[in-house]
Amino acid sequence: MNLSMKWLADYVDIDVPVKDYCHALTMSGSKVECYETEGSEISNVVVGKILSVVPHENSDHLVVCQVEVGGDEPVQIVTGASNVNVGDIVPVALNGSTLPNGIKIKKGKLRGVLSNGMLCSLGELGLDKRDFPYAVEDGIFIMQEDCEIGQDIQSAIGLNDTSVEFEITSNRPDCLSVIGLARETAAIYGLPLNVKAPEYKGVEGSASDYLKVDIHNTDKCQRYCAGIVKNVKIEPSPRWMRERLRASGVRPINNFVDITNYVMLEYGQPMHAFDLRYVEGSHINVRNAVSGERIMTLDGVERELTEDMLVIADEKKPVAVAGIMGGEYSGIMDDTTTVVFESAYFEPSQVRRTSKALRLKSDASSRYEKGVDRLVSMTCLKRAFELVELLGAGEVVREVIDCDYTDKTPVSVDFDSAWINDFLGTDIPEDDMKEYLSRLGFTVADGKVTAPSFRVDIECRADIAEEVARIYGYNNIPSTDFRGVARAEFTPEQKFIRTLRNSAVSLGGFETATYSFVSPKYFDKIRLPEDSRLRKTVKIVNPLGEDTSVMRTSTIPSMLDVMSFNYNNRNEKAVLFEIAKEYLPVDEKRGYQGDDAFLVNSGKPRHEYEYQLPDEPDRLTIGMYGGNADFYTLKGMIEQILAEVRVSGVEYVRASECEVFDEKYAFHPGRSAVILKDGVHLGIMGEIHPEVQENYGIGTKAYVAKLNIPELISLAENEITYRPLPKFPATTRDLSLVVDDNVPVAELEKAIKGAVGKILEKITLFDVYRGKQVGEGKKSVAYSISMRSHDGTLTDEQADSAVKKALKALSEIGAELRG
Amino acid sequence: MREQLEKIEALAKQELSQCAGIKALDELRIKFLGKKGELTAILKQMGKLSPEERPVIGQLANKVRTDIEEALSTKLSSLKAEAQEAQLREETIDITLPGKTAPMGKLHPMTQVENEIREIFMGMGFEIAEGPEVDDDYHVFEALNLPPDHPARDTQDTFYIEGTDETVLLRTQTSSVQVHVMETQKPPIRIISPGRVFRSDAVDATHSPLFHQIEGLVIDKGIKMSDLKGTLEMLMKKLYGNDCKLRFRPHHFPFTEPSCEVDISCFNCGGCGCSMCKDEGYIELLGAGMVHPKVLENCGIDSSVYSGFAFGMGLERMVMGRYNINDLRLLYENDVRFLEQF
Repeated sequence: MNLSMKWLADYVDIDVPVKDYCHALTMSGSKVECYETEGSEISNVVVGKILSVVPHENSDHLVVCQVEVGGDEPVQIVTGASNVNVGDIVPVALNGSTLPNGIKIKKGKLRGVLSNGMLCSLGELGLDKRDFPYAVEDGIFIMQEDCEIGQDIQSAIGLNDTSVEFEITSNRPDCLSVIGLARETAAIYGLPLNVKAPEYKGVEGSASDYLKVDIHNTDKCQRYCAGIVKNVKIEPSPRWMRERLRASGVRPINNFVDITNYVMLEYGQPMHAFDLRYVEGSHINVRNAVSGERIMTLDGVERELTEDMLVIADEKKPVAVAGIMGGEYSGIMDDTTTVVFESAYFEPSQVRRTSKALRLKSDASSRYEKGVDRLVSMTCLKRAFELVELLGAGEVVREVIDCDYTDKTPVSVDFDSAWINDFLGTDIPEDDMKEYLSRLGFTVADGKVTAPSFRVDIECRADIAEEVARIYGYNNIPSTDFRGVARAEFTPEQKFIRTLRNSAVSLGGFETATYSFVSPKYFDKIRLPEDSRLRKTVKIVNPLGEDTSVMRTSTIPSMLDVMSFNYNNRNEKAVLFEIAKEYLPVDEKRGYQGDDAFLVNSGKPRHEYEYQLPDEPDRLTIGMYGGNADFYTLKGMIEQILAEVRVSGVEYVRASECEVFDEKYAFHPGRSAVILKDGVHLGIMGEIHPEVQENYGIGTKAYVAKLNIPELISLAENEITYRPLPKFPATTRDLSLVVDDNVPVAELEKAIKGAVGKILEKITLFDVYRGKQVGEGKKSVAYSISMRSHDGTLTDEQADSAVKKALKALSEIGAELRG
Repeated sequence: MREQLEKIEALAKQELSQCAGIKALDELRIKFLGKKGELTAILKQMGKLSPEERPVIGQLANKVRTDIEEALSTKLSSLKAEAQEAQLREETIDITLPGKTAPMGKLHPMTQVENEIREIFMGMGFEIAEGPEVDDDYHVFEALNLPPDHPARDTQDTFYIEGTDETVLLRTQTSSVQVHVMETQKPPIRIISPGRVFRSDAVDATHSPLFHQIEGLVIDKGIKMSDLKGTLEMLMKKLYGNDCKLRFRPHHFPFTEPSCEVDISCFNCGGCGCSMCKDEGYIELLGAGMVHPKVLENCGIDSSVYSGFAFGMGLERMVMGRYNINDLRLLYENDVRFLEQF
């Protein structure tokens, strides 16, 4: 909403600097985005009179003018324009002047003849023909204004209004009007608001002699006022009206269109003017559209209507989509002789639904869908007539048509000043509250406060508290501490995630943040099979683009993207991690069997919905490349993280054999593992498959792990019990074994553990060797085995016997003591 | 004999003074005081002395022994000190060489600021609540007093999920968590809820289709608008220092009444007006208000008994203000050279 300060002055006598005004309005809820004084870009441009025009000595198309600009001497200006004649009044940009868009005019020679400035066209002043319809399109602006030679151009052509741009919230459509903002202004400053009821004389006759109106759906159209203007003269509006429209951001068109826009800007009520000739049967029917009915709207698009849409129709066809846009052929033409003015009230949600369905918005529809004053239709019709007479645009037929089905009952709520003060934490006297409310158009009586009809947002006492608070000033409300004891602690899950995050950082990880939505191309990029479950995603109907169109079912591609970004920014190495969600669709419809299936507060069942929401499990994703990154570095990091969150006794099995994680296809089959505990799949880790590495443009070996946080939480040990420090010394035996290369060391360790039993304290692997000395296809593995008893010092015999048992178990899996 | 003893002492002292090492010193000790040493050799001749001479010479011999021992010990200490000094000198290193570090990463700047905010609120007795990011229309809109056809709902801002007739969507605000909490918890309620939200905004320096909000909700008997002001002022003073000022402007949100927008004095100019705050002196920070009675009723809370306030702030904006980051995209690009700065 752009407000002309000159227009505002019609209704409230406000005289404060515009900056202060903007601040005051902002702080009371009508937020000012910016303000602009017209013509502020123009300087040193004055009104001049052409004294002589002579041909240029060196040019066919240039002329040399002597121009009187109010000084002692006329100035000489060379121009290429052909429409200047002696005696013309023109805008003159003097030497050193500025024009819109930062253009500066300096004196200079044009083909050897001195020119001390420039004669301006409308365009050069930032205007066009709609602002001054009598001017020529290309050529100097020959002015027909009442002005003085030497006068600043801004005041001479009324280019000095200040326009304030407001950002009005959707609950206050009444402030999308000059009168609405004038009312706010008057209320804030405690000034009187001067709004007069419009009056017109009219000529004998009744609109009903020309037109019949029937409302067939009085729910959706509660009021339809119509009036007739005959013997109209279609012409440009006077300058004052054009100036105000321009300052309000509306382009002037012709007197009738301008009057409808003027009234809409002034009162917030959309108006419609159309040619009576095109109303077939001279009968207006406000009715639901017939399914399949079509209308060509003013924007030149043919639209198909449905039964739930409301139209303004004549006896044969729709002439307008109610409250949204008129039909193309019903508009005012140059040869129009009789005009119908419409001022109506349409139900907001009706307009909104139709506008949405037709994807058609207009200034009118955006006002109707927010809600206009349901009682102002007739006032606005009268205001339009007043303006028609003021402009001498035609003869107003005195009697109007008024189909009125509006509910006149005002909204009223309890007025309780003590409650308001309690609610706000203030101590505002009741009389002050009443004063604020009455300035805003409310009436307070008998313990009730009654809202004016233009306030469509008032429903409850909290709304009244807000009105009081904003006039009192939000910043005058004190700041207090509220009372009461509350328990506050992290949930076990939150604590777990905090530990996880901190340990990843202490192990060198940099935390990342990536989008939850990704491109469906990632399926192929990570080599998912066609039938993979991960290809079934939660899809967005209206994504910004393909790259953000599906909710990720795996966090691994997001990590690969980040690694690729870093690699391609020439970061030699990186260790990265993210704790974030995957979004896994759930097949069954309906549901949500969680704890909140019932409202604890009301006991009523929760709102029901048909579609199951996806699962959103948290994942810890780790990625590394460069530096010392390899499989075992990553595994070491995971082992330390698992130790930190107390998940012990996990197994690592080859990912290629896993049926749970489809991401296994993204990994090197020989260098990837699935992490298991008690049969629960905790995560997957390893070296990225060379093809995937290539797909992501990562030119070095990349390592990625994904850990499922809910599973980790379920298997973490929460209790820590102290174990007494050992009283007796440990006995250590070293074993150097030779075994087939393909036997994993985990099997050797399992055999040792089983054989040594309770006294085993620790097995430490200290060497793995492959080479000629141990033979082809073999490896040597060296362990240090530490044993200890809590009952006494182990004897050599006990230790040796345990080792013997271990060797026996080892030989069963083909591992022999190295000779 | 007396002469012999005095000669030994003199000799010992002379040799000691020339002695240059701990090993040589030990040899001297053996030479003079050892079982086969010179002093012992003399003392063995004590028997030849007359009874009158014996105690006198004995005393003298003891004195000589003590003197030599003392001299030895003094010399030993000084030699040790010299040796240690030499060792320390030799072990001197270039202390300006870089340290040997264990790898250490960093939390994302958004996590760091979020943690700070969480701690401040936990100190005020707020718990941390979470809710689904893919949620239904009821929790994101309807329960929050945004019925269908409400003008504040605009399709272009909301991402809808395919195949759900626009009933399932990506939450556009963490306010949906308020509803989940009020459905499952009786007042008093005191929560904050940090999380991801989604809006159909194209990516640029200040917009992102995904960003983070921190929502706050307090419901109890007798909660006032002045409590909201007090809480937010406390938060901002803790986050940005005691000099920061807050400004409350009336605004409109369907789920609060009265509603306000809260501005903070400009991080750059402190309120005098500069290019960063467009000469306003203040920067828009968050939205807040008293929970709308309809929202309470929708969640089964009696609005004639309970009242409350709610607020929601954008994490990215606070992070950017905090660290002077001028492009929001940096937060989601995750360049390690960016991440390691915080």
